[in-house]
Formats: sequence, structure tokens, C-alpha cells
Amino acid sequence: MSSASLTPDPTSLLPPDPPIQLLDDDGNLHEVEGYPLDLKEDDFRALYRHMVVARRIDKQAINLQRQGQLGVYASLLGQEAAQVGSAYALAPQDWVFPSYRELGAALVRGVDPAKILHLFRGTWLSDHDPYEYRFGLLSIPIGTQVLHAAGFAMGAKFDGADLVVMAYFGDGATSEGDSHEGMNFAAVYDAPCVFYVQNNQYAISVPLSLQTKAPTIAHKAIGYGMPGYRCDGNDVLASYALARHAVDRARAGQGPCLIEAVTYRMEAHTTADDATRYRTPEELEEWKRRDPIARFETFLEREGLLDDDFRAQVEQEGQSYARRMREEIYDAPHGDPLELFEHVYVEPPASFDEQRAQLSRELQGRGDS
Amino acid sequence: MAITMAQALNTALHDAMAADDKVVVFGEDVGVLGGVFRITDKLAERFGERRCFDTPLAESGIVGSAIGMALYGYRPVIEMQFDGFTYPAFEQLVSHLAKMRNRSRGTVQLPVVVRIPYGGGIGAVEHHSESPENLFAHVAGLKIVSPGVPSDGYSLLREAIDSPDPVIFFEPKRRYWLKEDTDLPVTREPFGQAVVRRTGSTATLIAYGPMVRTCMDAAEAAEDEGWELEVLDVRTLVPFDHHTVIDSVKRTGRAVVVHEAQVFSGFGAEVAAQVAERAFYHLEAPVLRVGGFDVPYPAAKLEEFFLPDVDRILDAVERSLEF
Repeated sequence: MSSASLTPDPTSLLPPDPPIQLLDDDGNLHEVEGYPLDLKEDDFRALYRHMVVARRIDKQAINLQRQGQLGVYASLLGQEAAQVGSAYALAPQDWVFPSYRELGAALVRGVDPAKILHLFRGTWLSDHDPYEYRFGLLSIPIGTQVLHAAGFAMGAKFDGADLVVMAYFGDGATSEGDSHEGMNFAAVYDAPCVFYVQNNQYAISVPLSLQTKAPTIAHKAIGYGMPGYRCDGNDVLASYALARHAVDRARAGQGPCLIEAVTYRMEAHTTADDATRYRTPEELEEWKRRDPIARFETFLEREGLLDDDFRAQVEQEGQSYARRMREEIYDAPHGDPLELFEHVYVEPPASFDEQRAQLSRELQGRGDS
Repeated sequence: MAITMAQALNTALHDAMAADDKVVVFGEDVGVLGGVFRITDKLAERFGERRCFDTPLAESGIVGSAIGMALYGYRPVIEMQFDGFTYPAFEQLVSHLAKMRNRSRGTVQLPVVVRIPYGGGIGAVEHHSESPENLFAHVAGLKIVSPGVPSDGYSLLREAIDSPDPVIFFEPKRRYWLKEDTDLPVTREPFGQAVVRRTGSTATLIAYGPMVRTCMDAAEAAEDEGWELEVLDVRTLVPFDHHTVIDSVKRTGRAVVVHEAQVFSGFGAEVAAQVAERAFYHLEAPVLRVGGFDVPYPAAKLEEFFLPDVDRILDAVERSLEF
């Protein structure tokens, strides 16, 4: 075997240890070399606003589920900083491929969160135009959207477009073959894709220790020949600064990378789950002390960026989003049952005519039509 | 001019890529090598590595990234190297490729063609001879196509690439070297049109893909018995042209459906049900099904005992006539 060493040194692909953190648990800012903060006062306020509104609409969505208006809902509580910070680093032309827990990222991209909830209510399987917001359809089968992100980024690269793709997935999804194949494809073709793992510690009930023996999720990146990064996902400034770094290097043609944002899902997996069966109250309390919004508030107050007026304004905005969600979702009627046949194919088979006619007759029989 | 199925398919890819620069071809070994069956021969050389390229060895990755590229605006034509290697991509095919347009309420289109060399008869090792077409015919949102003759190989593949809907394109690998006198490009016909390959009045043989040729051979052999067998090539399983099938069966009164796939819950069951529902009073006998047995595809030296052949088809015709 050759004793020649590998160039460049592959250990440069390994994640920083400890994870990148700009705001400590007490809200003190510590700049980290290589991850400069290019944010102005308005940006700080925008990050705060998005996080508070995300938490407010998350609460509203849970309430709508409790009221029987949604079949189920997957809460993002505790992951506001990871989602808002990362999505805030994207340019308007960039694309997001989400899983099903990214209401915070959707908010930053300008998607009407009320529209997203139609999926959870069951009025239709999805209700936003992905091309309008450059925000893909929510993907429920775990990790499958990672490949769509990689393919989209490959297309952008082959087309010479100035466009970066961000794929959101979770710690559980890193065990799926599709997330592996997606990262591998993107790396092989140097596609401009940022793989953003929100490590919220649990895949429903199964802890990270049962997903992988890797030292961290970010360490997996070296296997694809791309850099892995790790940040405190409850620190919105670290989440932003690291995503900024990753997006910039992808846009500059330096290829994909993997980010692990270490965070915590403070709610159960979904409203149908009972988290008390698999985690302790002490653990939850520990993470509550590291609440992403409280920490950022402390920082903003200290910087003089958070006064009562602004706080009230954000509160007002949250209420307005929540009201909009209630109006959109409360007792929202399902669509025309005959629409079932409308979108399956551009050119439907002739059997659809017969079946549509059958359903029409059934609807007349019910007196629904 | 005598053209093989492989040449027809290759020409269709060349012509489609020349006609639309959004058409891209990728998969395992489809680049420099030109595919293990050479169906993508010279595409990379002619159109460059951005238009025809090799991928990592990962079928789900190929289908999933094709979905992403289609969302971007490309028209991917991807290859699953062999039928039995399609299964790692099953989730992407079934949960996303088939369903995303419907999920998006029509805002998303996925013009993806998944080419799968399928079927047996080439003495291959396990996983290289399967006929999984009905696994996909059962999935709403996909179109399922299988040419039986070279001219259809060209015509149907061009239609598939132009289709705004995703298409699973099953290529009968043992017929890659089947020749037909034809000039390319042939006139194209839309999906959903079965064709009568040979007319007859005794019974209708209904087939697609590799079994079209076998049924033609059976019809020729049947002349010795004094039987005039009609041979109907389904061409597109989805959309299914029941009109042409029913017209034929109404004339002959007897139908035998033939495919390589195992009979139980195979596509022949769908054809039999359609005929029974739509032409019951014209039938002189139940619709009979001829196919592989309900066992896994056997080892190469045993495949001749598994696969339907002229004798098994004529035996079914005889049973139909005796009913």
C-alpha cells in the first residue's frame, strides 16, 4: 500500500468540536472565527419575529388538533432557532425541500402556514404551489425528499443556475437509505445542496443512540467527501451563521455539505404521540432551560433591540397569523369529491370517465350534489 | 430495412435528445459503456456528460434524483439496469413519482421515463429475468408500456419521453435482437391503442412485450390444427385499450391472455375481468390465462419449464375450444 498521505487532508471535513455556538445559554454573544455575523439590527428583529410567530402558530395548530379540526399535527416546539436561522440564510431564488415539521422554515420562505395545515386536516394532500415559494411539498416518507433536493440541485448545477437547495431532515432520517443516496449523489456531482439535519434527539420514541454509532451525525459527511458541520441548534445566531457559510460555499461552486443542528423536540412526535413513555421530565426541564427564544430575548434586551413596542408588535403579528389559521382551517370543507380524478394524470386513462360517472351517481344518491 | 428492438430504442433516445435539450439520460453504466444492453450507445459521446451520465450504483437514488431534476424542469429518461434491481427504488416510484402530481393538486408535473429491461429467456442469473409490470400497473399515477416489436419500441419510447405523466417503460430484453423490416422514424401513435398483429376467427391471443412474438409463433403453428388465431398486442397496460380487446373477443368468442409474469394476480386477471364485464354474452368459454407458474423465477436451466411457450399457449386454446 502506498504510504502517501491523502491531499487535501480528509480530517478537514470533520465537524468542529464542540458545536458552533455564538450565543451561550445565558444569551452572551461570542464570535467564532470563520463564521462571521453579517446581520444588521433589522435582521436580528426579523429572526426574533419569525421565531415568535413560528411558536405562536405551532401552538395554534396544536389547539386546532385538540379541537378536532386537524387529524394530527407534528409540532416544531423547541426547533424554532434551527429552522428560522437556517432558512434565513437562503436567497429568494433558492429552494427548500422540507420534511413535515418545517412550519418555521415555511414561514421564513413566505408560505402561508394556514395552507400547510390542510395536509393535517385532510382537505387535500397539500395546498401550496411549490414553485411560488420555492418550497417543496411536505414529504412524509422519511428521508425521501433528500433525493429530490439532490436531484434538483444537480439540475441547477447542470443548468448553470445561481441557486442553492436546502434539504431538511431529521436524526432518524439519517438512517434511511435515501438520505445516504441523496448526500452521495450530491457530493459526486458537486451539486449546490445543503443537507440540514435537525437532530431533535428522537425519531418518535427511538433515541439517537439507536440510530447510529457515528460520533455525531455531522461525522457522516466525511464518508461522502464533503464537510460536516455542527451547531447549537437552539442558538439562532449559530444556526444562521453556519447556514450562511454552507449556502455561500455551495453558491460559490464548492459543493454540498452536511449540517447537524443539535436541538430538541419539546413536544411529542405528533399530537398522536405520548412522549412521557420514553423520556423523563428532568430531560425536558433541562432542554427548557436552553429555550431558543428565551436565550435570544436575553441577548436582544441586552443589545437594546427588544422594547415593549416591538414585543407587542410581534405578539400582534403572531395573533394575526393564528387568526388567519383558524379562519382558513376551522370547519374548512373538503373539496369536490370529483376532483379526486382531476390531478392524477395530465392525460387520464379512459377508466377515469367510468369511475367519475359512478361517483357522480353515488353523490346524487346521497343528495350531496 | 431490418432493425432490431435495441436499435429502435437507441434511435428513439437519440432522436428525443436531439429534439429537446431538456431530455437527459442517466443510470448505471449508461454513459461510456452505452448500457449493459447498449440501448444508450453513443448518447454520452454525442450529447455530452451533462445530457447522458453514469450515476452511483443506487436505484432509489436514480429515481429520486430524477424526480428532483424533473421538478427543476428536465425530462429524465432513467434506466434500471435489470427488472430485479428495480425494487430498491420502489418507494420513490410508488410514493412520489406516481403520486406527486395528485398531491400537488396539479401544480407539479413529473415527465420521467423509467426504462426497465424485463422478462426472461436469456439464461441469466437470479434477479435478471423478472416481470414486475403488474406491481406498477396497480399504482395510480403511472403509465405502463411494453413494446412487442421494434417499430413500437421506437414509437412508444418517443411517446413516453414526450408524455407529461411518468411512464414505466418495460423493454422485453429477450427481444432486443428481434428484427423487423421498418424505416425509422415510424409514425407515432398515442398511448392507449392496442393493435391486432394478426387476424383470425378461432380465438384471440392477448399479449404484450416479449410474448407478442411467442403468440405470433403460436398462431402460425396453430394453422396446422386448422385454427386461425387472432393476436392482439396490448402495447400500453396503462392506459388499457379495452375497446380493441373487446372488439376482437366479440368476433372470436374466445380469449387467452399470455404473459411471462406469474398468473396469480397478474395483468391477465385484469384483462380477463374486463372481458367478462364487457363481453360476457359473446364468450364461448371463460377467458384463460397463460403465464409463468406461481413460483419465483427459476434458475436459468429451468426457465424453459417456467416460461409460457407455443405449446402452453396452444394447450390453452384447445381447452378454450373444448369448453
